[in-house]
Amino acid sequence: MGPIDFFLWVAYPYITLTIFIVGHIWRYNHDQFGWSAQSSQFLRSDRLLKWGSLLFHIGVIFVFFGHIGGIVIPHTFYPMIGISEEMYHFGAVWFGSLAGAAMVIGGALLTIRRLSDKRVKSQGSRADLYVLLLIGIVTVVGFTNTAWYTATGGDFDYRYTIGPWFRGILSFRPMPEMLAFAPWGFQAHVIAAFTLFAVWPFTRLVHVWSLPLEYIKRKYIIYRRANPNKSKKAKAQ
Amino acid sequence: MRIKAQFGMVMNLDKCIGCHTCSVTCNNTWTNRRGAEYMWWNNVETKPGIGYPKEWENQEKNKGGWEMRKGELSLKAGGKANKLLNIFYNPDLLDIDDYYEPWTYDYDHLIHSPEKNHQPVARPQSQLTGEYMEILWGPNWEDDLAGVHETGKRDPNMRGIEDDVKFEFEQAFMMYLPRICEHCVNPSCVASCPSGAMYKREEDGIVLVDQDACRSWRYCMTGCPYKKVYFNWHTQKAEKCTFCFPRIENGDPTICSDTCVGRIRYIGIVLYDADRVKEAASVPNDQDLYEAQLDLILDPNDPDVIEQAKKDGIPEDWIEAAQESPVYKLACEQKIALPLHPEYRTMPMVWYIPPLSPIVDAFNGHFNSLSPEVVFPAIDQFRIPIEYLANLLTAGDTEVVSTVLKKLVAMRTYMRSIDLGQEPDTRLIDEMGVTEEMARDMYELQAIAKYGDRYVIPKAHREEAENMFAHQGQAGFDFMEGCSSCAASGDWKDPYEFSDAYWGDLAGGSTDGRQ
Repeated sequence: MGPIDFFLWVAYPYITLTIFIVGHIWRYNHDQFGWSAQSSQFLRSDRLLKWGSLLFHIGVIFVFFGHIGGIVIPHTFYPMIGISEEMYHFGAVWFGSLAGAAMVIGGALLTIRRLSDKRVKSQGSRADLYVLLLIGIVTVVGFTNTAWYTATGGDFDYRYTIGPWFRGILSFRPMPEMLAFAPWGFQAHVIAAFTLFAVWPFTRLVHVWSLPLEYIKRKYIIYRRANPNKSKKAKAQ
Repeated sequence: MRIKAQFGMVMNLDKCIGCHTCSVTCNNTWTNRRGAEYMWWNNVETKPGIGYPKEWENQEKNKGGWEMRKGELSLKAGGKANKLLNIFYNPDLLDIDDYYEPWTYDYDHLIHSPEKNHQPVARPQSQLTGEYMEILWGPNWEDDLAGVHETGKRDPNMRGIEDDVKFEFEQAFMMYLPRICEHCVNPSCVASCPSGAMYKREEDGIVLVDQDACRSWRYCMTGCPYKKVYFNWHTQKAEKCTFCFPRIENGDPTICSDTCVGRIRYIGIVLYDADRVKEAASVPNDQDLYEAQLDLILDPNDPDVIEQAKKDGIPEDWIEAAQESPVYKLACEQKIALPLHPEYRTMPMVWYIPPLSPIVDAFNGHFNSLSPEVVFPAIDQFRIPIEYLANLLTAGDTEVVSTVLKKLVAMRTYMRSIDLGQEPDTRLIDEMGVTEEMARDMYELQAIAKYGDRYVIPKAHREEAENMFAHQGQAGFDFMEGCSSCAASGDWKDPYEFSDAYWGDLAGGSTDGRQ
């Protein structure tokens, strides 16, 4: 435990999370026009995109909920709902590996497309590629931790270390010692992930927050008025 | 009853000469920029042909518009849940190759080429990749039937008449079809947008894309059966015909209309009952949609309608404009303008007067002294098959098209007798139930109509709009060297307006439509 550990497991997460939050607020207020999924399907609607995008996104969704289940929810919660240690680990390894594999394969297909398709390559920005690479690092490292280290019986349990550490960060009670002695694979995953959080607001990743759930309860046809107050008055009559 | 005003356009196909001036002026005004250069918000197609984008009318493949599913009006491409499930990859999206790969020419080479034995040539270069390319398809590739012997059979309007139509030189037929966004009363593009970025302007019915709220989900492009919502591949946002709203608000016609050489276009407003839109779009039989659409439009001279319109906040001068509207006269009074593909159930608001065409072998040149019994049956022998026009304009109802064409011929016969100083020949118009007064109105509007008669455009009441600042960046294209960030700065207030009273609008959503 030295200053480097303090920097990596306390300062760095807070710096990147601050950029994450402030960056989003700034971008939302100053760049609505750039805030979109920035789909390249129109340039080339091909099978690489179809399977790449489907695998990647569906993988991401499962991976996200997997992280909620393994990191955010404390391990003490599961016995209360009747899930034993073995059951949890079985699910985590199998579902985690499957979701991770989907993400890795999907991401690889998308990367191949972005690098090989002339239209996508020449119209895409460099930021798109860097983000893809960064996600690639986070995913491959994380996937390796799950599919290789944990599944082969490694004695490091993230639920007793990374879980409390992450909850400590969120509740402003940092515990750098929890990560200082973790295997380097897990450390690398955490550092890469927080780096991703820092660049997130400045990339196309912001489209994650635009999942249009409101569409479900909306009526189909939308009208907008030049003068909203007037129509409210008219309605009140 | 809840009355709304809506801009509409009529195009008289008899007068379209296929010169593309409308397309060019539209392109110069709106889409002459990177990412939009492939877009032709206004395009003129030669029919028969597969059009732009290729086979846009083939809804079995493209899934545009609405359909009746289990008695309920539904988006053909799938409902809300279906859209969210497919959000990572839209299976029905046409890509840019269905339009064409935009290109420019290597003009620099003409100037900088070293001395050679042969003249330097400007080779085509893709605007997507910058590479040299071979041009295999382009805008208006099928102009004047070019290649129709190959593409003609793929024209969806040919269904049912494939065996009768020949694409050999001597037997071929053609007509021009200028197309813009239909600014539908029941727009399926608006309904398809998960982000709520597309909307109809409540005051005038113009359908626009909020450039700041568009999140590039691309469902509008699938949703529009006319394929008139485009994707800017540079900004990754949807764009579409704006009905030139900055001109319209000022009382000027759209640029495509203003520059039309043949003066084929008419612009005016109609009043319709917004409470009955869903009901009208839900009639079970496709061929009843035309009547349902006419029925939705209200008589602007009816005192009850005028009273209700005033209650619903429609200004006096707009009601007067609706009474003078050439669109109302042509579509609803004279009933000679028909909607394009009413079977898409979007209640399109661009109407077409079908073209007359030479009558095949019928009269041997003796036309003027013929009675209805002889003239009218011959209309079914027009060079352009009635069935083709019917597939285009009335969901296949040949009766309606035939009636319109007969009215057009009857009016001409009547006016011809007057021009020749003869006793007014009312035989044909009587047969069609057209009064002499209406025949003269038809003649005035089709043959004479001056600028002010063709375009009856009331100015927008912008003085009533309270927060103009909030509209910045919503409807225009301010990213073109403009201030792309000012829209969202300051005390920004979104003028999103929803109500829950009718088919339209948003029930219970947040006032900010963005996600």
